[in-house]
Amino acid sequence: MPQIRFRLNGADMSVDADPDRSLLDILRGELGLTSPHFGCGAGECGACNVIVGDRAVSSCDTPLWSVANKDVTTLEGLGSAEHPHPLQRAFIAEQAMQCGYCISGILMSAAALLRQNPSPSSDQVKAALDRNLCRCGSHNRIVRAVLRAAHEMAAG
Amino acid sequence: MNTPSPPKLPVSVAANPRLSSWLEFSTDGHVIVSPGKVEIGQGIVTALAQIAADELDVDLSRIRMRRASTASSPDEGVTSGSLSIRQSGRALRHVCAEVRHLFLEKAADRLGADIAVLKIEDGTIKGPSNVSTSYWELTDEVPLDRNATAEAYPKPVGQRGITGTSVQRVDIPDKVFAQPRFIQDHNSPGTLHGRVLRAEITGAKLVDLNEDAARAVAGLVAIVRDGSFAGVVFETEHDAEVALNALRKGATWSVGETLPDENDLTSFLRKEPAERTVIDTRNATSSPTIARTITRQYSRPYIAHASIAPSCAVARWDADRIHVWTHSQAIYVQRIDLARVLGLPVENITVQHMEGAGCYGHNGADDVALDAVLLARAAEGRPVRVQWSRADEMTHAPFGAAMAVEIAANLDINGEIVGWRHSIWGNGHTSRPNGKEPPKLLAATELKNPFPRLVAANQQQPYGGADRNAIPLYDFPSWQVEYYRLLTMPIRTSALRSLGGQCNVFAIESMLDEIASERGEDPAEFRLRHLPDARARAVIETVTQRANWKPKKQAGIGHGLGFARYKNLGAYCAAVAEIEATDEVRVRRLTLAADVGEIINPDGAINQLEGGAIQATSWALKERVRFDRKHIVSAGWSDYPILRFSEVPEVEVILLSRPEMEPLGAGEAALGPVTAAIANAVFDALGARVRDLPINRDRLLQAIENAP
Repeated sequence: MPQIRFRLNGADMSVDADPDRSLLDILRGELGLTSPHFGCGAGECGACNVIVGDRAVSSCDTPLWSVANKDVTTLEGLGSAEHPHPLQRAFIAEQAMQCGYCISGILMSAAALLRQNPSPSSDQVKAALDRNLCRCGSHNRIVRAVLRAAHEMAAG
Repeated sequence: MNTPSPPKLPVSVAANPRLSSWLEFSTDGHVIVSPGKVEIGQGIVTALAQIAADELDVDLSRIRMRRASTASSPDEGVTSGSLSIRQSGRALRHVCAEVRHLFLEKAADRLGADIAVLKIEDGTIKGPSNVSTSYWELTDEVPLDRNATAEAYPKPVGQRGITGTSVQRVDIPDKVFAQPRFIQDHNSPGTLHGRVLRAEITGAKLVDLNEDAARAVAGLVAIVRDGSFAGVVFETEHDAEVALNALRKGATWSVGETLPDENDLTSFLRKEPAERTVIDTRNATSSPTIARTITRQYSRPYIAHASIAPSCAVARWDADRIHVWTHSQAIYVQRIDLARVLGLPVENITVQHMEGAGCYGHNGADDVALDAVLLARAAEGRPVRVQWSRADEMTHAPFGAAMAVEIAANLDINGEIVGWRHSIWGNGHTSRPNGKEPPKLLAATELKNPFPRLVAANQQQPYGGADRNAIPLYDFPSWQVEYYRLLTMPIRTSALRSLGGQCNVFAIESMLDEIASERGEDPAEFRLRHLPDARARAVIETVTQRANWKPKKQAGIGHGLGFARYKNLGAYCAAVAEIEATDEVRVRRLTLAADVGEIINPDGAINQLEGGAIQATSWALKERVRFDRKHIVSAGWSDYPILRFSEVPEVEVILLSRPEMEPLGAGEAALGPVTAAIANAVFDALGARVRDLPINRDRLLQAIENAP
């Protein structure tokens, strides 16, 4: 089995696995992470979104080989209770969820957006999150939280 | 001062009178609270923590909420029906009030002070001249292993401090900081992974199964087959998936059952054999003269729960004892059903709750728990985690029932309503486990010695099931409400958020709109004139004022109103929808006013109402379970689209303040009014009435073509 190397949340990783397996499968399986969530297995809901390079991708339909030598960031790597990312603070401040199962993927889509566009409009946030599904109807809170984080980051 | 008469024991306390089953003071300065209701994404755990903190006078940060388990928690039945604050909240208030009083009595004794002068601040009980003790100091002297009495006096409204405020949810930090809380993320060491093979053909039986290819997959622990139930257990989730795919190729299925024509659903619903029940009748005091009768039919399709997480469970056998981790709404009832299927005493089974993704009713949570138990039996003491696929979730979990509703309104010469008949056709909305024979779990119907699958039943009034919200709240002089419950059920149905309420409110509120429009009367005025209940009028007056009802007519823009009191005895909610319509409908803005009685957590209540409004928009515009004559074909998101970020309307929720009133629940109140408001706004914009949900492009074009 070939060895695939990549960086996960800043740390070097090396995985011996079939390179055609999905990144989600590897992250939750061999690497024991829990934040990328399984939702559909078809790249249609965004619950498993992670950042590869500087783009949010659905990890369930991203093959392991495609992340070789790249940077992969999951919610575990975004921030912590001690050192929260502005998005994490903002999602708490806006109480931006109901069940929260979709939120880890949404946070990663939002983090990728803010890297590319630090001051998005409300419509740009909605466009960036359009491939993330939320069933509980927390969308407006989520958009507000992303805008709040952007303001906070702009204010430094 | 008059002593108030002691309240009766709340229903949950009467069923679980042991104080210690609800409350415990830990040695490290915390209060451990054990409700029987569970977190299903609605924020209930936070609201219950607020109630306990308030009644005990401790800081909210001292409250630890214990996950419900049949090993230790009170049995509070099902977490459903917007009843959690009413039942669990009342129970905790009562228990905490009684416990507080027991501690005050002991503290008075210890401190040599009169009980009336004692004060509690964050759990410290203070007497005169700086003497003090605390719950934690006294905990050994105040045994809670005793029954609640009816002698507790919860604080009057004016003395409550933590309830009524928007404290932050206790579960949200874990969810943003990637701390596992969901059952899907529960992965104790040694956990194995299971998958179940389910038929793609509805109702098909497993005739033959070649297991060779699946057995050749690495990491095999077991392949389980019992009649039409078949599944695999593997060391890793990946191998379990590979093996399941191999097993699927080796399966031969019977022809299954014939499904109805999805394009002629209302004919199917109205033709099937059915049991007729007269739900309610009001007889006029005098016989009016009927000038004419308007008859209209409204309908909705089957609707999927479509939670973002497919159902999941973990089970472990130790000899003949079983531990189950589940996101069920009803752990005790699930335990009864599991015991029945397995022929074991209930005491052998512990069912423990863990959070799943948003739960909107009877989804696959209980079914997958039996799947896990059946697979774990083959795994010799190791836990087995079973995860359904997206397709399992979208095709095998029960659906919200399709409904046809016909309303015939008799009008007098002045166009006033003098008679009203509301007839409902459709499957029952209840087939969830209820502790009665037979067990209601999917796999139980698939075993070699299967349990029968019952046709869904109807929940009786005053809550109602298919007939929920079908009895008019308006002051019509006479009415009859009847329900034809189908006696066949080719498509499995059960409880989905608001049950029949969504379609009945859609029908009633559309019909009123049609009649008001014919009369040339403002639809808000028309409703207010017919509503005797002041709280009902208040939500309509509030929402119309807030939405500047009725804004000036603009081409392609419409405004519509919808109102209901959920279950006719729960929360009052009125909604105004602003939409734009061409050949498609876009909801721009929803304004809601709601009276939910006493509000424990205003932001939590708004979150629930707002979420309900957005989900209703999705149901109203997009959702429809799709099927051909053999299969449910809407097995994924591309065939079952739901509302996306770019399509979500702005939502504003105004809560009326009623701190002195009983809490009424909030979770389901918005579904009917919002659906109706959107439909009425479509008519306002286009002059075309869509009476069959969802209001998609085809339905809209058809309605425009049929418009006068």
